Amino acid sequence: MIPEPFEYHSPQSLEEALRLVTEFGEEGKMMAGGHSLLPMMKLRLASPRHVIDLGRLSELRYIRESDGWIEIGALTTHFQIESSSLLREKCPLLPETAREIGDAQVRNLGTLGGSLAHADPAADWPAAILALDAEIRANSAGGERWIAAQDFFVGLMTTALAPGEILTAVRLPPLPRRAGDTYLKLRQPASGFAVVGVGVRLALNEAAHIERVAIGVTGIGPKAYRAAAVERELLGKPPTARRLAEAAARAADGVQTNSDLFASAEYRKHLASVYVRRALELALERANP
Amino acid sequence: MSSKLLGERIKRKEDPRLIQGRSHYVDDIQLCGMLYLAFVRSPHAHAEIKAIHSEAAQKMPGVLAVYTGADLEGRLGLIPCAAGMEGLKVPPHPCLALRRVRYVGEPVAVVVASGRYQAVDAAAQVEVDYEPLPAITDLDKAVSSDSPVIHESLGDNIAFVAKLEGGDWKAVESDASLKVIRQRLVNQRLAPLSMETRGVVASYSPGEDTLTVWSSTQIPHLLKTQLAVMTGMDEARVRVIAPEVGGAFGSKLNVYAEEGVACFVSRQFGKPVKWIESRRENLMATIHGRDQIDDLEIYFRPDGKVMGLKCHILANLGAYHQLLTPAIPTLTALMILGCYNIPAVFVETKGVFTNTMSTDAYRGAGRPEATYIIERVMDMVARELNLDPVEVRLKNFPPPGKDIVLATGVSYDTANYQKTLKKVLTLSGYKKLRREQARLRKKGKYLGIGLSTYVEICAMGPSSRMPAGGWESGTVRVEPTGKVTVLSGTSPHGQGEETSFAQIVAEELGVPYDDVTVYHGDTNQVPMGIGTFGSRTTAVGGTAIYHAAQRIKKKMARLAAVKLGAKPSELVFRDGKIETEDGSKSVKFGEVVGEAYFAKQLPPGLAPGLVENYVFEPPNYTYPFGAHVAVVEIDNETGEVNLRNYFAVDDCGRILNPMLVDGQIHGGLAQGIGQALWEEHVYDENGQLLTGTLMDCAAPRAHQFCWFETANTETRTPVNPLGVKGVGEAGTIGSTPAIVNAVMDALRPLGVRHIDMPLKPEKIWQVLRGGSPQVV
Repeated sequence: MIPEPFEYHSPQSLEEALRLVTEFGEEGKMMAGGHSLLPMMKLRLASPRHVIDLGRLSELRYIRESDGWIEIGALTTHFQIESSSLLREKCPLLPETAREIGDAQVRNLGTLGGSLAHADPAADWPAAILALDAEIRANSAGGERWIAAQDFFVGLMTTALAPGEILTAVRLPPLPRRAGDTYLKLRQPASGFAVVGVGVRLALNEAAHIERVAIGVTGIGPKAYRAAAVERELLGKPPTARRLAEAAARAADGVQTNSDLFASAEYRKHLASVYVRRALELALERANP
Repeated sequence: MSSKLLGERIKRKEDPRLIQGRSHYVDDIQLCGMLYLAFVRSPHAHAEIKAIHSEAAQKMPGVLAVYTGADLEGRLGLIPCAAGMEGLKVPPHPCLALRRVRYVGEPVAVVVASGRYQAVDAAAQVEVDYEPLPAITDLDKAVSSDSPVIHESLGDNIAFVAKLEGGDWKAVESDASLKVIRQRLVNQRLAPLSMETRGVVASYSPGEDTLTVWSSTQIPHLLKTQLAVMTGMDEARVRVIAPEVGGAFGSKLNVYAEEGVACFVSRQFGKPVKWIESRRENLMATIHGRDQIDDLEIYFRPDGKVMGLKCHILANLGAYHQLLTPAIPTLTALMILGCYNIPAVFVETKGVFTNTMSTDAYRGAGRPEATYIIERVMDMVARELNLDPVEVRLKNFPPPGKDIVLATGVSYDTANYQKTLKKVLTLSGYKKLRREQARLRKKGKYLGIGLSTYVEICAMGPSSRMPAGGWESGTVRVEPTGKVTVLSGTSPHGQGEETSFAQIVAEELGVPYDDVTVYHGDTNQVPMGIGTFGSRTTAVGGTAIYHAAQRIKKKMARLAAVKLGAKPSELVFRDGKIETEDGSKSVKFGEVVGEAYFAKQLPPGLAPGLVENYVFEPPNYTYPFGAHVAVVEIDNETGEVNLRNYFAVDDCGRILNPMLVDGQIHGGLAQGIGQALWEEHVYDENGQLLTGTLMDCAAPRAHQFCWFETANTETRTPVNPLGVKGVGEAGTIGSTPAIVNAVMDALRPLGVRHIDMPLKPEKIWQVLRGGSPQVV
């Protein structure tokens, strides 16, 4: 439980951080809250030569709203999201997700950006971010770019971030009218990670048909994904109980499903459909006050 | 007595220093010039060691030495096993593996360095050439005649076969009116997982030729003796101190390789040596608990009376014996009838070696397995006969009484199982719950109500039946200022006996509770004792202290009697005074203390001073009992179990401090429920530990529980004058079957009789969709 030797760097500005990231390349590893990286280092599963601690970059710790969009700095902690009155009002899915992460200690130190960049296949944030159609900002020496959440998660613990890029913020489009969202999760009893985690945001049109729906699923496959097959079944249709159930049955369609000591692939698939249906039902209830 | 302390919720003396982090665990001990150890451990479950290359490690910064098993051979003794069973096979168990490794995590070499990080870094550079051998982890395979043998010199993998038989089996087997159920129950392996891992500091002083050892242990005195034997030192020159110990649950009732190696290295260098176990090491190389397969045959009458119980136990011992490894499953046989008067019993226990870490005492130690068996038996019989589980239990309880002898030969000190059962049925609103269950079943919802009426064996125990003595010592010393020092041979590590012992002494001597200070755990400070385990500390150690206090009182009463012109027998101790019952003649406690120390006018034959020691040998074990009710809801789509209510009525004899009893019950319940629902320590078929970190090892967490509704009955034991029985393990023992019974009760409409623990949602989902539960 003691990591291999490493050099510690604590940049004081984003500019300095970008310089270090470029300088150390593959020998460097960025650390935000440290709650994914440090355990891996202690188990010697990760042994970076250089740890670049982004923790001092308070400029990346914020939640703000402009033009209806909400932007959250990458270093915002889970607890800050959980307790944000702005988010509770405008985007309850995020505080609801934050509440499900780890325990109080983890939520006090772990960060949104750190979790997203780490892209653990059973982390909670990816499902929420996918459900919200969020965009993720990547900064590099050459400037910045926004990546759609759907394009961000590439594979097992891999993201669309290029070498030399730092994840700096997440922004969320305005909540549509008559919309509801939720995050539901079955916790693995040991790790607290998601055996299945489902984020849903849906919006109804004038006729009370489903106008928009986005479903993010985590814990099931090698990476978090949008349950596109389910979404397709629902778009433009009236959300009857039967339709929700039939659509949800396709929650893990085409997904290479994980299997472990706690849950087999077959069971996970089943859990995905049950949790997607329940999340849809709850989101619908919220859209129909 | 006016100052009523016993039976009150007195706050723990231990807590202020612990809560504020101002006390000392082993890792808090820093000595000048300290060296650090890191162990190189086997990644294989079974392999020949071909070569160990330590040259690179030796050259690493700060490294002083690397030792292997060959270096220690003949220079450091073997790890002891205290279980003296007839015909027991005891394989040699060196502190560092010799020629062969037999479980993942077995120490192979040790690095000594001047820094902790340096030691760990260097250990990673020690290269060991292994030739892997087939691993044996499956009990059925391990006992088959064609299995590879783990200890070749022993011939096979069976360490012992023990039989326990009682009653008239011919009558049972020839009675055609009896029904029979055959069932296999698996009691899975668990990790004890104390909050503080193990750790040791050994400090040898070459000039004085003394060895001081701080160890996170439950048994400082026994450890002292064993370390003296292992190192070859004169025992009088070895001192063991158990500082604050952050939990143990039986896992520190042992003598471990690392303790021996730390002493050896300290003697080599004449310097203090520290080793602190990492959590990963803790999960793989600290003893594990449970791990039994129990094949049952239950013979019972159509009215629910059980007439005979047969059980073949395969007990997984692991690769080697630790201190009490083979003795643990024998407790299962002893307690297998629980609180039921079943006229015939037959138990055959096979202790089996496998390529896994040793099992040994884990909270309950053999009794949770017994209780699980018999409480599942009662529910399976009830199910088979379509009777209420309450009715079947009442049919099989012995009538309330004392010294009840069952077919196992065990003599229960007191029994009133009807009383606790009745109380828990009232507390839980049992009848109402059954009505609710019937209503919900009609709606296709699964509510389960589970009972467990347990009895356990505590206050270990009479020396005649213990491997290394079962007595306990206590010293009470009234200091010249009138303050009181209490020394106990026990070694509490979280249970709170600094509090309960002080309550006993303050109450007896009539002095303020705050005037009493309790010490334990330092072999140079307190009298020889046995230690803290088997729910024995208050019942046996507290009794020794109680008797020592009586001796003090006797002496002080004689002194006071002279002063007051009264008879010693007329005097009572209260409110800091020694006086006649009516208070007409009275002298201050401190004044009499002064007499004893200044010794100016002592009555003839009375020695100066006020210090008394007492060694208590218990005439029997005690047998606490209780009745629990669990209420669970099953998610009928996912199989998730929601623990909705838990009701526990426990009878641990007289209660000295209800808060301490509550604490023990709550923690015990959490561990017992954890086994039923979540925990399993799993090796794969290659002997690799799949649950080697807390990411996979599902220890119970507070947020997973409902509020526990607890209550007590108090049936005092005649075994000791305090009337206390012990409560350290009751919650763990009673709760596991209550949960499993509740889940099986919920699933009753689905026609499934049994699912093995832990009751993971997927297993239940398999049943819900009509499949077999055993797949997972």
